[in-house]
Amino acid sequence: MRLDHATKRYGDFTAVHEANFGITHGEFFSLLGPSGCGKTTILKMIAGFEQPTTGRVLIGGDDVSAVPPHKRNVNTVFQQYALFPHMSVADNVAFGPRNHKIPESEVATRVAEMLSVVRLADFAVRRPAQLSGGQQQRVALARALVNYPSALLLDEPLAALDLKLREAMQIELKRIQRDVGIAFVFVTHDQGEALTMSDRIAVMSQGRVEQIGSPTEIYRRPATLFVAGFIGSANLLPGTVASSDAVEVRVSLAAGATVTVPGSQVAAGADVSAGAKVTVMVRPEQFVASASPSHGDSIKSSVTDVVFQGASVRLVARTGDGAEVAAVVAGDADVSFLRPGAGVHFGWRADAPYVLSGWPAVAGATTTDVDRVEAAL
Amino acid sequence: MSAATSTRQRLGRRAVNTVAGLGLLYVFLPIIVIVVFSFNDPVGKFNIEWQGFTLKHWADPFAEPELTRALWVSLRIAAVATVCATVLGSLIAVSLSRYDFRGRNGVNLFLVIPLTAPEIVLGSSLATLFIDRGVDFGYTTVIIAHIGFQVSFVAVTVRARIRGFDWTLEHAAMDLGATPMRAFWSITFPLILPGIAAAALLSFALSIDDFIITFFNAGSLLTFPLQIFGASRVKIPPQINVLATMLLMVSVSLMALGAAFGARRRKRHGVVAG
Repeated sequence: MRLDHATKRYGDFTAVHEANFGITHGEFFSLLGPSGCGKTTILKMIAGFEQPTTGRVLIGGDDVSAVPPHKRNVNTVFQQYALFPHMSVADNVAFGPRNHKIPESEVATRVAEMLSVVRLADFAVRRPAQLSGGQQQRVALARALVNYPSALLLDEPLAALDLKLREAMQIELKRIQRDVGIAFVFVTHDQGEALTMSDRIAVMSQGRVEQIGSPTEIYRRPATLFVAGFIGSANLLPGTVASSDAVEVRVSLAAGATVTVPGSQVAAGADVSAGAKVTVMVRPEQFVASASPSHGDSIKSSVTDVVFQGASVRLVARTGDGAEVAAVVAGDADVSFLRPGAGVHFGWRADAPYVLSGWPAVAGATTTDVDRVEAAL
Repeated sequence: MSAATSTRQRLGRRAVNTVAGLGLLYVFLPIIVIVVFSFNDPVGKFNIEWQGFTLKHWADPFAEPELTRALWVSLRIAAVATVCATVLGSLIAVSLSRYDFRGRNGVNLFLVIPLTAPEIVLGSSLATLFIDRGVDFGYTTVIIAHIGFQVSFVAVTVRARIRGFDWTLEHAAMDLGATPMRAFWSITFPLILPGIAAAALLSFALSIDDFIITFFNAGSLLTFPLQIFGASRVKIPPQINVLATMLLMVSVSLMALGAAFGARRRKRHGVVAG
């Protein structure tokens, strides 16, 4: 399956700009981004509910851009499941095969098989309204998978479930995907969900695909500042390149220190010539907190908050230039010197920092500001 | 709470109940009189004074041939007009609640006009139109007139009943290989059918019931209400009461059936539009 420079415009608004990527058979592929970034529009173009304004959608090598949904060999699991309330669970699941004129005896076998895959064999005669949210979710899955689609499209299918159930369903979804062995295209705004389940993730923002890569790639080597901030939390420290050569880049930070970054830790295509505006990213778990400056690079800041979280302790501190940074240290570490107002030096392993082009809208940690977290949802 | 307030509250509640009871009595008394007088054994041609109890009019409800003929005329007109109006009105309601199209607000406005305009305006203007076009008054003109106000009624009722209908169900059906036609007939239609049926029943009753618009457009054709009105100066036979009570019983039992069905559906499907 492939999107070939697919663009979708609604009037003046470009919902999807030049989406150009392929999804291979049997992979768990996530479209991740804040609401309104165009991820659902991409899903609808694959399903056939929207046609690209320009570009093409290819399934199995055929151009299906103008093919209506009922003639495409892909199926969708809708956000609110869209189960047919006047039909039993079995009739819901049988709806697809019956549309395809499959003999009734085979329909029955397939329905039974799919209901056992999603562990709902005992619920065949129930109505959707008599099932819990998680069970309805699995009926929706069975109803789509029973058609043996070449790919399954899932539109934020876990959004309506509560946290515990959502975590269980993530593992269940992954198991089902391995069992049936087809591509799952999963739309979500929840980066944790995407990281947990995906083989590859496409991170989207404002209609554009910012980066496509494995969860570790997009977490460790984000292509853009948006990806760096959206995936996990990150300390984004603006600075200017002081000098650079083939081995390393030296950046003087606005926070008042100079950082040496290995050449391998520079985002692809980033301009690191002397004087270029860059951002150094350090993940909170990469910060090493100490009372006095350690050897190697470090930044000095003063503690504003210490939050004990059981397995870890989360520190929020303010650097010399007023940016808020966050660090996560192990819960059993000695943090007695970390009182609000106390000075702290954050150091890191030499290969931890990572350089990106440009300056962030707000310097510092990406997840301590409530408004920014909210805006990203 | 002091004793005084509690007494006042009790008095207040009693006053509210009394007023409500009187209101209901006001509404139902004429209907009760109609039903009771179907068992009257009147002397003379006017069934307006209680003489004594009898079942003989119920044994022979069709004793008045003109009245029976008029009832059949009304039922036939109502059947044809209701079928046409239900189809048209439901289509309007579905498109209004489902699609956002240019002129949608205009359609919404025009739908309300036949419901709010005085019947005499609708009736006389239609009659003028028919005379102007040289159309003979009769079944056709009455059916056209009835469809005219029933369409609005059906559309408004169905639209209210399918508000909040989850149209992604149709998307889901098409996603599962159903043609748009099959998606509508196997998913949308069964789910909105109760709303359509309720609208059809009510508009059927409106058609049987209508006097003013019918009067302007019937010519020499006599519907049930026109016949009763026309004959009332000469006679009021108890068969009027019998046939009216029958109509009442049919509509009340249909409503009861509808309510029972609705309760069962809600229990089985959860909350669904329609």
